[in-house]
Formats: sequence, structure tokens, C-alpha cells
Amino acid sequence: MKWEPVIGIEVHVELDTDSKMFCGCRVSFGDPPNTHVCPVCLALPGSLPVPNRKAIERIIRLGLALNCRINPGSVFHRKNYYYADLPKNYQISQFDVPVCVDGWLDVESDDSRFRVGIERVHMEEDTGKSVHVGEGGRIHSAAETLVDFNRAGTPLVEIVSRPDLRSAADARTYAQELRAVVVETGVSDARMERGSIRFDANVSIRPEGSPELGVKVEIKNMNSFRSLERAIRSEIERQTALITAGERVVMETRHWDEEGEVTHGMRTKEGSSDYRYFTEPDLAPMVFDGSWVEEARSHLPELPALRRDRYRGMGVKPAAARVLASSDPQLRSLFEEAVASGADAVAAGNWVTGEVTASLRRREVSLEDVPLGGEQIAALTRMVSEGRVSASAAREVLEGVMNGEGSPSEVADRRNLLQLSDRTALEELVQEVMAANPEAVERYRSGERKVRGFLVGQVMRATSGRADPRAVNEILTARL
Amino acid sequence: MPSGPLSIGAAGAALRSGEATAVELLAAVMSRAEMTESELHCYLNLDREGAMAAARQADRELDRGEDRGPLHGIPVAVKDNMCTRGLETTCSSKILAGYRPPYDATAVARLREAGAVIIGKTNLDEFAMGSSTENSAYGPTRNPWDTGRVPGGSSGGSAAAVAAGSAIAALGSDTGGSIRQPASLCGVVGLKPTYGLVSRYGLVAFASSLDQIGPLTRTVGDAALLLSAVAGHDPADATSYAGPVPDFAGSLDRGVDGLRLGVVKELGGDGYQPEVSETTGEMLDKLAAQGAEVVEVSLPLFEVALSAYYLIAPAECSANLARFDGMRYGLSIKGSTASATMAGTRAEGFGPEVTRRILLGTYALSAGYFDAFYGQAQRVRSLLQAEFDEAYRKVDVLVSPTSPTTAFRLGERTQDPLAMYMSDICTIPSNLSGHPAISVPIGLDSKHLPIGFQVMAPALGEQVMMAVAAEVERLAGFDALPPPALAPPPGVPL
Repeated sequence: MKWEPVIGIEVHVELDTDSKMFCGCRVSFGDPPNTHVCPVCLALPGSLPVPNRKAIERIIRLGLALNCRINPGSVFHRKNYYYADLPKNYQISQFDVPVCVDGWLDVESDDSRFRVGIERVHMEEDTGKSVHVGEGGRIHSAAETLVDFNRAGTPLVEIVSRPDLRSAADARTYAQELRAVVVETGVSDARMERGSIRFDANVSIRPEGSPELGVKVEIKNMNSFRSLERAIRSEIERQTALITAGERVVMETRHWDEEGEVTHGMRTKEGSSDYRYFTEPDLAPMVFDGSWVEEARSHLPELPALRRDRYRGMGVKPAAARVLASSDPQLRSLFEEAVASGADAVAAGNWVTGEVTASLRRREVSLEDVPLGGEQIAALTRMVSEGRVSASAAREVLEGVMNGEGSPSEVADRRNLLQLSDRTALEELVQEVMAANPEAVERYRSGERKVRGFLVGQVMRATSGRADPRAVNEILTARL
Repeated sequence: MPSGPLSIGAAGAALRSGEATAVELLAAVMSRAEMTESELHCYLNLDREGAMAAARQADRELDRGEDRGPLHGIPVAVKDNMCTRGLETTCSSKILAGYRPPYDATAVARLREAGAVIIGKTNLDEFAMGSSTENSAYGPTRNPWDTGRVPGGSSGGSAAAVAAGSAIAALGSDTGGSIRQPASLCGVVGLKPTYGLVSRYGLVAFASSLDQIGPLTRTVGDAALLLSAVAGHDPADATSYAGPVPDFAGSLDRGVDGLRLGVVKELGGDGYQPEVSETTGEMLDKLAAQGAEVVEVSLPLFEVALSAYYLIAPAECSANLARFDGMRYGLSIKGSTASATMAGTRAEGFGPEVTRRILLGTYALSAGYFDAFYGQAQRVRSLLQAEFDEAYRKVDVLVSPTSPTTAFRLGERTQDPLAMYMSDICTIPSNLSGHPAISVPIGLDSKHLPIGFQVMAPALGEQVMMAVAAEVERLAGFDALPPPALAPPPGVPL
């Protein structure tokens, strides 16, 4: 029997508002422990939450970007569970009336395009951070656990997808696309290494074609897109092996072990109602009139999927369009300026996603650190299309420009990279090469065609590679 | 220095005429406390130094002509479930023994802003859960009228202190009757405002959707003054009422002429002490004689309000009290793991009634029981609100006894939680509806124990409610005092 994986992704995103979700403390990262805390986020007796308007505006913006319906009203609930880094021992979250519902995200990779349903996007607060110290420093071997409450109360958005994904690779592509949307809308820096975006996956398998869902396992602790994909793949393999061996999959939460490349069981999954959700009595229901939604819509930027289509419409190749659409805004504006300055869109797209990106990476700098603008990209593409520099010389010109050596034509000139295409000069050169290699000429004329390459090479060598190879070929053909 | 128990109004007049200073007022109240505390135990903590500093400051300001208004220089007690910066706040629980909050509750801050002198923190049932103040981890408060009897609860310390003259006025909190019922049992005025009128910020939550801070005072006029000082929008409480605060003190004299008073049919009859019913009936006759139209109104859901309350309040409390886990403050019984520490701390720190309600609430919210218990209780609550709305289309205020009985004996109901819960049968509906209600003393029973009369009004109906209450107060002419040993005798300062 063939088994089909069914995957849903839950994403937590910390909003980078100035202040926390329910108090005025600063949202921070990396500051000394417990320096951004107050009676509210420490849950001192008598303190009360007051919702952060900016966070609500941002979740609405994000919901719109994910094609969600914004509920006209929304309610906070208490999610009750005891944990040392959860100060109130309940989390203010949402239950049956989240801010955003029923959206979707269009995703594409090299070999597929698909739509992933978004079940809900809801608002909640982050917990504090447990820090395990001493001994092994791991959760089970630490001598002590300390809690840093700086993160407690940071606005957190949870984006729950429908179980629409069917492979680990698709799950990764979806996660990457979702992160791009989050960054694009400006609601969060979404940095995985800082935990400001976190992905959990729900994985089950079922016989291919079956409408029923299998027993689902939640996997956590993936800290990169790569580990997300590998963890899901490993979990699919584990479940398939279990079922094939006639065993059962147990509903549970499993932890991804990056080094061991396996998931470990953590605890059996609590049913959602064991959290004893009930309406948060400290917060009145929220009501969003049309102006809230319109205001949020006015802050919506162009999203990657639309931009991808626009670039493609300009003639950029699909793969480059995809890379470009999700690349950082500086690279995109470099591309768009180049096109505006007259560059061919295909060539400009290739330059920006190819050589420019590679060179920046080699230099370990960002675009703003080098003197490269759209006009220079346009000039460069023109020089290539007009045959004034060769493709390889053009790469050298780009390096020179990025070094600050001047405009593309200045660099080509100074570095002596302009192609020789002066017909008379080239004819003289060809004449000289033929005279110096009578034996080769003879062999060619007696039918050994491949010798022509040798003759072209001799011409190129004489010009240090600057001769226009097309012109050299033409002249040689005529003379031979 | 005037003699006898003072109202805020009389004390304020004495301060401004130069008859007394704030320091003298405080000294008199403190000496009452010294005389009565061993017997009554109204206070968990008397803040002698802080109060003296505040009284001195009040005197200096008044000397300079900087008058902060009616509460300036007045000694006021605060129930120990409201945070006071740097001053121990325990909620009468072992779990908060020694806890000193880093901030003032908004109501406390407003008292200070108004120039009031905070004398100390009064005793209560642990986390305000109870009707007799016997559920205090630090021992019960006794009723000044009969020290063998309870003062009611949970604001028993505040009510008894005002009755005994060891405070001129006090703040309490009312979740199911915790201001009005002890006021009734101690012969003082107790007012629960409209939900949201007074900020809950800094009030240690019992049941967030029901809790409300309010005054316990000697007179209706004093209640208006104290309420005016603490009421009003607070951005730190998202459920705080944002509209303008009416002038409570300015509307007390309108009388009851032309007002329609609805007598709640369900709050009387069997189970009510006959003297309570009789005295209530006499007061209704007197009000009718003053031009009020007295009609009987039936609110059948009052019969199930108690049941709904004992699901909603425990459910909210089960979450509100989850933060007391020994991790960040208060009692901490260290265990080998974090959960062992939490479990050990809570087992050791909470008393039996608090534990009972946490268990009840946890159960009511649990999977499979939610709809039958908490969900059903919320539906009853909505229907009850609709029933109130319907009644207020016919009458201006609703009236009833405040408590079915006068003060009961210590220990009489501690073994029978249901009998104890019945003490709040008349007061609970107004908490479920979020409406204001007030208790005014109207007489004594044959055992010389006070009887309270309750006036309920629709949301933000404090003005008409207090006008009726003021007329009740005038008609009752209640000027009885607790036995001499425990009441400030006439002729002696305060």
C-alpha cells in the first residue's frame, strides 16, 4: 500500500511592536534577564492586562496578507496550564473567535505550484524563557532552571494552516513563503535563530486516496527550514515504518533532535479542551469596524506572490522571478531601477539574482556597502548585448564597479576589457596568425575542421582575449 | 474635638474649623483600634508610621490652604486584598504571608491623592471567599455588636472597623455581597458600585467579572464621598467605565416621591428571619408614606442565581489563583521539581474554602463538563440580566433585605458550606448583572443585632439608588451603637 503524508504547519510569530501585548514593557531580545518586566508581565497579584492596539493592527494586516476574513469582533480566552515560565499559569490566547479566519497562501517551488489553506490567525502572548544552567545544561541534566521574563507577554501571532501539505519539501516551501509574507508586511523580523518565528508541524499518514485523517503527531524544536524539512521527512518515515510493522501511531508531541536527526517523544498530547479555555474576563470583546480593516489594508505592501507574477510579466525567467520576488528589498529595488534605466528585464534579473548576489556573499557585505546602482546594471547589460564586453569580462567589470573603480565603461576601459571589434584591425590580426601557422591552415583546408578552434584561440591570445570571437570566426571562415 | 463616632462629613468639618487636626483624628481612631483590636481583630496590619506621616502631611497641606477635598486627613481602612505599595498585602492567605506589593492599587492611589490617611489593612475571608471572615488564615474578625458572632464577610474587617470606630470609613470589595452583607451584619452602610465604575487594578482578583471595590461607611453621604474619590476611568483596567462620573453626593436629597420601588418577591418568606422581614416591611410602608410607589416584582431567576454564581465565580478563581505557585513571590515550598514546588506551595498555602472553590471551578471548566456547568451558568447569567432589564422597565429601583438573617454565631455555618453560601442569596444577583446595590442599616432585631435594607439599581443608577438609600437612612433614624465596650461611647472623643 502507498502511504500519503498529511501535514499542517503551526507558526508562531513574535510581533516587533515597541511594547508587550498587555503592558508597557519594551519588547527586547538579548538584554540582561528580567530587565523588561513589570507587575503585569510578572503576574503580580492584582495586575491586569490592557491590549496593545498596535499588535491588533498588525495581526489584521497579516491576516489580510494571508487572504483571511477579519472577524467583525474577536474575543480573548484564557488557556490554562501550569508552567514555570508562564507567569499567570494561564496564557491569554484566543479560542473560538480569532481575529482572522479562512485564508490561503499561494506557494510555488521549482516543480509545483499549490495553495495552502489558512484556518486561523490568532493573537496571544509569549511565555518567559527557561534557562537551564549547570551540569549538562540540557533540560534533563541541568542543575538549576532559571526563568527570564523579558519575553513574557511579547505579542505572539499563531498562524494555523489547514492540513493541505503532502510532502516535507512542500512544507518547507510553504514555511519559507509564509516567512517572506511576514517580513514583507513588516509585522515581525521573523528571525528563526532568535525564535521570533517558530514552526511546529502536525504530521500524519494515511493510505493514498483515503479521505480519513490518520493519528497526528506534533513535532517541535526545528530551528531552520532545513531542519523543518528533515524533521517532517524523518517523522513520515517513522510513522510509515510503524504502520507497516502493524503498530499504531500514538497522538503525541515529539521533539526534533538536530544532531541525532530523529524525533523523540515528549508527552502524550493533551486534548485542546483540557486547557479549560474560557473567556478572558479582564478584557472586553474587541470590535473591528470597517475603518480598522481599511486602515490595515492601506499598510499592505506588495506581497511576494503578486510580485512574482509581475516580474514574470516583465519577462523574467520563472526561477529568477521567484528568487527575486522573495529576495531582500534592496536587491529588488536594484533590479527595478535597472529595468527603469533601460536594462533588459531578463538580463537584469539574471545579474541581480546571480553575479550580484554571489559577489555580495563572497564579500560578506550587503548592497548598501557597495557603490552599485540600477543604472550601472543597465549599462553593464547594454555593454554585453552590444558586444562591447564578453560575458566573462562583464563579470570582471561588475567586480570593478563594486570595488568602487568607477562606472562600467570606465572600469572596462581601465582594465582593458573592451572587445576588439574593429574589422580592419582584426583582419590584419587574422592574416598574421594564418601566416605564422601555415601547417594548421593546410590541415584545415584538407578537411580537419577542428583546427579552426586553434586558430581562433591564437587570435584571442594575441589580443589577451579582447577580440570579439564572433567577428574573428567570420573573418577566419572567409579567409580559409 | 467632637465626640462619638464620626462621619467623614463631621470629621472634615472638625478639621477645617480647627477643632481637630488630622494627627489628632488619627490618634483617636488608632486609640479606638488599640482598645478594640484584641477583641475584634478587624486589622491584619495597622500602619502606624505610614498613617502618621500621611496625617502630618495632611495637616501641613491644610494649614497651607491646600485642600484636597472631603477625604483630606480622614483615616480610612483598606481591605487587605488591595495592593498597598511597600505595605504587606496578604488577602488573609498564608500563601501571601509577608508579600509587599511594589505598587498601589488604583483605588488606593486615588485615596492617597484625595489626601486620605490609610490606617491599615483589614481582615477578610481568604481571597475574599466567604461570608463570615472566618476563612482568614490569621483568625476571624468578631462582630462589635456581639463578639460571639461573625461580622459577615468577606469584608468583615472593614465593616467591623467602621462599626467600632477604629476607622471612619473603609474600602471593601464585593464579588457576591462581600461589602453589603457585612455592612448589614455590622450596622453600617455598604455600597457595591456598577461593575467597571471603580478600577480593579491592584485588587487581587477573586472572580474578575464580578469583583468590584466599594465603600463601607457610617452614612450614605459618606459612601457617596468615598465612592467619588475612587471612581472613574483607569487606563490600567480594560473593563473600567470610560464615561464621566456622576456627582453622587449632590443628588442625595431628592427623596422618594414619585419613584417606583420594586420589592423582589423571591427575596423573602421562608428562610428569612421574621424580624428581618417585619422591619423591611415597616420600611416599605414608611417609603410609601413619603410618596414612593411600592410594587411587588417577580424575578424568578433569582432562585438559580446562587447556583450560577457558584459555578462562574469558582471557575474564574481557579484561573485567577493559578499565579500563586511559589515561583516568583509569596510562600514557596521547595520541591525537587518545578511542579512539585507549585503543588507543595499551593497545598500548604491555600485554606480549605479556597481549595474547595479552585477544585469546583476547575471541574466546572473541564472537558465534558464545561457546557453543563460553566456554559449553563453563563446562559443563566445572560437571562438574569435580561430579567433585570425587564424589571427596570417597570420600576426605578429594586429593594430587599440585604441578608436573610442578622449576624450568626462563629462556627455556626463553617461546617455547612451551603448554609454559608445562602447568606449571599440577596446580594449575588447584582454581581451577576453588574448593577449597583447598597445596604443601609434600618433597625435591630430582638438580640440587638443590626438589620440591613438593600436598594438595587440599573447600571450606572447610583444616583437614584443613593437618593432612595438616603431616604431610607433618614426614615430609619438608625443611631444605635454596638455595646459600650466596643463602640465609641458618647461624651468620649470619637
